[in-house]
Amino acid sequence: MSRINGLRSASQEVIVFGIFVVMFLVFSVFLPGFSTTGNMLGLLQNVAILGILGLGMAIIVIGRGIDISMVAVLAVPAGLVLQMVQDGHSLPVAFGAAFALALAFGLVNGWLVAYAEVPSLFTTLASGLFLAGLGQIAFFRLDIVQWSAELDKLSWVGRGTLAGVPAPVVMFGLAAAAVALFLRYTRLGAYIYAIGDNPSGARTTGIPTRPVIVLQYVLSALIGMVAGLVMAASVNSMPTRIYNSTMIYDVILVVVLGGIALQGGRGGVVNVLIGTLLIGTLLNGMTILDMSYSAQNVVKGIVLLIAILIDSFLNPRNEETAQQGDI
Amino acid sequence: MTLTTHPGRALRRVLAIAAAVGTAAIPSIATAQGKGLDEPFRAGYAKALQGKVVGYIPVAMGFDLAQGWLAGLKKELEPMGVKIVTRDPNWNTNAGAQALTALIGEKPDIIVVHNPDVQTYAKLLQRAEGEGIEIVQINMRSSYPSVVFVGADWVEIGEKATNAVAEHCKGKSNKIAIVQGALSAAASAYQLKGVENALAKNSQLKVVSSQAADWDAAKAKGITQTVLKQHPDLCGIVGFWDGMDTGTAAAIKEAGLTGKVFLATSGGGEQKGACEPVKSGAFDLNLSYDVPTQASNMAASIKWLLQNKGKTKDAKGSIYTTLIPITKANASLEGTCWKL
Repeated sequence: MSRINGLRSASQEVIVFGIFVVMFLVFSVFLPGFSTTGNMLGLLQNVAILGILGLGMAIIVIGRGIDISMVAVLAVPAGLVLQMVQDGHSLPVAFGAAFALALAFGLVNGWLVAYAEVPSLFTTLASGLFLAGLGQIAFFRLDIVQWSAELDKLSWVGRGTLAGVPAPVVMFGLAAAAVALFLRYTRLGAYIYAIGDNPSGARTTGIPTRPVIVLQYVLSALIGMVAGLVMAASVNSMPTRIYNSTMIYDVILVVVLGGIALQGGRGGVVNVLIGTLLIGTLLNGMTILDMSYSAQNVVKGIVLLIAILIDSFLNPRNEETAQQGDI
Repeated sequence: MTLTTHPGRALRRVLAIAAAVGTAAIPSIATAQGKGLDEPFRAGYAKALQGKVVGYIPVAMGFDLAQGWLAGLKKELEPMGVKIVTRDPNWNTNAGAQALTALIGEKPDIIVVHNPDVQTYAKLLQRAEGEGIEIVQINMRSSYPSVVFVGADWVEIGEKATNAVAEHCKGKSNKIAIVQGALSAAASAYQLKGVENALAKNSQLKVVSSQAADWDAAKAKGITQTVLKQHPDLCGIVGFWDGMDTGTAAAIKEAGLTGKVFLATSGGGEQKGACEPVKSGAFDLNLSYDVPTQASNMAASIKWLLQNKGKTKDAKGSIYTTLIPITKANASLEGTCWKL
């Protein structure tokens, strides 16, 4: 069974990768300036933050969960750093506070899912709302927290380059490598696959499922915080109202489009990379074409529908894989 | 005291009475040494304002404009005993319509409304004025013209920003890009009209990209990066809001084109959002619709409306804000920007 599933999910990867290749070739031929090195790096940079978030989401989805609160954890801890520095706190204090906040948030999410057994969709929907609200009430004076000059030594993560490669792309690469190593070569990574494939089976075989689930949410929160810092450095401010945007759907999209099925237990970092590349190519090509906002939405919608169609065709829902809060 | 009455014309008589009253008053002041004269209108003014309620619904409370307006209204109105109640739709148009409906039910004397778009609140505003609640619209107006509108002339902003870009582009590539806000927002559409007006007079300009970034700095950065990769010889960008154009500026800086690509934008003129980026060279021009001035215009209108309650039936007026162009020349001067 798992071998068949493996084949199926691999073939979705291949199909999505195929769509990406076709689109890439078409743009390369018909759009002057698309296939230049500069544009390629720009393309990657534009989706690097989405990709980093996708990695965090992948860890959760592979363990048969979902984390709707990722955009809140992208916005609030990073915003807190900027706000605290603006208010005159030292960098270590500001970063310490943000780290503690993200850590606590991950622990609470994980505890609710693992021990209180609240479905992850509802847990993270509520906790994300809570965190975003907390940020607005308690931390930020304004929605957009401006970057202070004191933080300039750290601006490299968003604005610098390494051998010509923009720093956000480097950060995405590093995060992807770290998550890939974790999922592929550590015991904890293997546990996450086992839990996602069959939670009760995993517990029966002696895997400490609850602590591992908590770990997943902690990792996802910390990855979210890193993505937030990269974003803040990149745009020179933290627009915390990004929480109200539809970005979380893009994150889920990157993951699902890349071929990590929402039933859990399958996929990996490669899938996130493929999903991110597809979205990046799509956005970049449409921007070069100077397509209107509405037309871009039409194209995005069509590509998504095709991908979802392929997903439901290759990974049909059944009693075994259906889960509470399935989306 | 006797009034000397001459048998004469009525007019002379009246004049005489007036004169007599006048002369009678002067000694009474003189005799009551150290006592002041009560000004006859202040009591009515205080009474008209005391205990009145002003509702305030911006599109969200958490941004510089909304906070600046509220601070200005509070400063002017609260000392006179006017109560200001606020509602925060937090960028959600539906939540805003609900909040406005609920607020109308509470029957405040005046509601200050910051419209998310032209249509959504129009019927509600009409209903409110029908029920005797005066509507003051701020900065983004609805298709329903209420008694007072205070705010920026968006078309003018679009024209001025584009003209500034055209000026910089003289002798260069004349390629420009436009970073719009959200498509549904009137502030964005009106600015685009202004841009079109200016383009009609500057036919040498070529728009290579005109895209909506949804008021989002990250999207603005992404779009600008791509455009600059395609057109490294771009000479100017018209951005529609400084809060979003921090992203546009970041993309220009990363491409090493600061100073070469002229970025014109606009905003409320808050220190960190407007003057600091102009000083650092991120923005070349920031057209400020000076929020404290807008707040004081609103407060003055509200004071006037409260004193003329029920007598403003068909009155309608716009108070367009005089723009302050912020450039390197005045960004460091005290008073160009404001702080929260």
